[in-house]
Amino acid sequence: MARPTEVEIGEDKAPVIVPGHTFATITDKIASIVLRRPITNGWLFGFAICFLILQWFLLAVCWLFYKGVGVWGVNIPIGWGFAIVSFVWWIGIGHAGTLISAILLLLRQTWRNSINRFAEAMTLFAVACAGMFPLLHLGRPWLFYWLFPYSNTMTYWPQFRSPLVWDVFAVSTYLTISLVFWYVGLIPDMASLRDQATNKLVRGIYAMMCMGWRNSVRHWHRYESAYLLLAGLATPLVLSVHTVVSFDFAIGIVPGWHTTIFPPYFVAGAIYSGFAMVLVLAIPIRKFYDIKDFITDRHIENSAMVMLATGWIVAYGYAIEAFVNWYGGDPYESFLRWNRLHGPYAFWYYALLFSNILVPQILWVRRVRTNSFWLFLISLDILIGMWLERFIIVVVSLTRDFLPSAFGQYYPTWDDWSVLLGTLGFFAAGMYLFLRLLPAVSIAELKTLIPQAEITVPHAEEVTES
Amino acid sequence: MRDPKIFGLMAEFENVNDAIMATKKTYAAGYRRMDAYSPYPVEELAEAVGFHGNGVALVCLVGGVLGCTAAYVLQWWINTISYPVNIGGRPLHSWPSFIIVSFEMTILFAGLSAVFGMLSLNGLPMPYHPNFNMPQFDRASRDRFFLVIFSSDKNYDAVRTREFLEGLSPLSIAEVPS
Repeated sequence: MARPTEVEIGEDKAPVIVPGHTFATITDKIASIVLRRPITNGWLFGFAICFLILQWFLLAVCWLFYKGVGVWGVNIPIGWGFAIVSFVWWIGIGHAGTLISAILLLLRQTWRNSINRFAEAMTLFAVACAGMFPLLHLGRPWLFYWLFPYSNTMTYWPQFRSPLVWDVFAVSTYLTISLVFWYVGLIPDMASLRDQATNKLVRGIYAMMCMGWRNSVRHWHRYESAYLLLAGLATPLVLSVHTVVSFDFAIGIVPGWHTTIFPPYFVAGAIYSGFAMVLVLAIPIRKFYDIKDFITDRHIENSAMVMLATGWIVAYGYAIEAFVNWYGGDPYESFLRWNRLHGPYAFWYYALLFSNILVPQILWVRRVRTNSFWLFLISLDILIGMWLERFIIVVVSLTRDFLPSAFGQYYPTWDDWSVLLGTLGFFAAGMYLFLRLLPAVSIAELKTLIPQAEITVPHAEEVTES
Repeated sequence: MRDPKIFGLMAEFENVNDAIMATKKTYAAGYRRMDAYSPYPVEELAEAVGFHGNGVALVCLVGGVLGCTAAYVLQWWINTISYPVNIGGRPLHSWPSFIIVSFEMTILFAGLSAVFGMLSLNGLPMPYHPNFNMPQFDRASRDRFFLVIFSSDKNYDAVRTREFLEGLSPLSIAEVPS
């Protein structure tokens, strides 16, 4: 949270908060979404659909546990199918939330204050979805704790030179830090909900969850330190997580994977897809919950510009990959290039280029960047494109690596699709509940942005000494 | 003199500038055991009640150093002493491959230390506090600023402290039962 500043209204830019709001109206507007707004049929209908998908996911997972990973389309040479594709995709989506909450905080981009809360919630649910895939893929998921170093009777330890073990540490740290970052941000806002609630039970629940926060300035002082430190820690963390995810590929020798461009290119791709998901969520949320005062066209346009920029980094990654395939002179890499352009999955490679590079160029047009409808469609297109990117990386390389006698083909099964769709249901159901139970926009942080927060009294020494 | 049933005197302010001025004057008048309350972080108010440094950064640093050391030493011990595996004569203490887990554990321990350090230094969770007896205190998280002089302050006097607070022209003054 930066020092209080006035809302900046540029010549041609939409404001971060629509002028005219006071401390009281901000609190009342955001708290009333949780405390006073009745549950609408639209919410019930949407939640019911997501909940049904979640039940379908449970069935698919039960069948998977009962029969084993053979119910998926994975088999040698494709050991990594949808599970790893979707794992990388979900982790990437989560990264935009941390970028908004941590990196933009350190860069003093105050516009982030109205979208960081739900972006952090998005991160949490996305990382939870991501975490499920490797666990389901384990074969014997009930033994997952073997991945952690603990003293055991088998006198066995994890292999710390393996990127898969690094991944366990990176992703579990990421989930934990995202969770505490989100919760720490929520503490003062849950205190606001406690003080606004009229129902005694609701008041008691929020009082417990905010741990008796009483807005003491001493507490705020330590709180700010902790929040800033968390942001400073989460910034290298988020970069390291997708770097480690890319090491899962880059440390191996499979053609198309063994390349040094992977870490930066994966991180940019993660932020690219993550901002697309932020827009897919922000556009309906601000419409249906009537918070266009706080999530303004400025936020929407800034997110679109981030997508445009990271999209070009991703395009650069594709170009360098292709260049190195050719310039490196390795016959297997050259074959990979041919295989991507003309092999059995060529259609999907062109689909990926189309949706990740071609379509987002419409974002150069200002009118599109401020049009919610078109932006929503482009964001969906980018989400699909980024999923295809991971599909191409995993499947095209594994199906045809070195020896033609070991070539294969990958066909996802209904269970593959059900688990992928099911995590979408889990994610959306989680977001539906989050919107109704917790403040979707940070109340305390928004207050620092309005003119009422401006401090005009002289500095400390001048008063106490006079 | 001091009434054990009274926690302190609570003054309510409409805006942040009045609250800062009042708090500074209270501090200048010699009161030390007091606290101010604001709906969002105001650094000037923390300075005004005489609160400067806080230990959160130190706790965070200690946590980070501990996490890093623990993770590195664990990997070194596992790979060289407890479970050495000779793979074509490669070094057992292959430190570059231990960097990532050490880094992640540094972040994890530092982050958790910052959060739990902040909570414990703040004395949270604390379900009950005398301030919560006051109905107007509900607005501390909405739009009002509060200053409470604790009855444990050596200068506290039920009558004179109230007169002093009246001089600061707050919206309201009330005794907080403990």
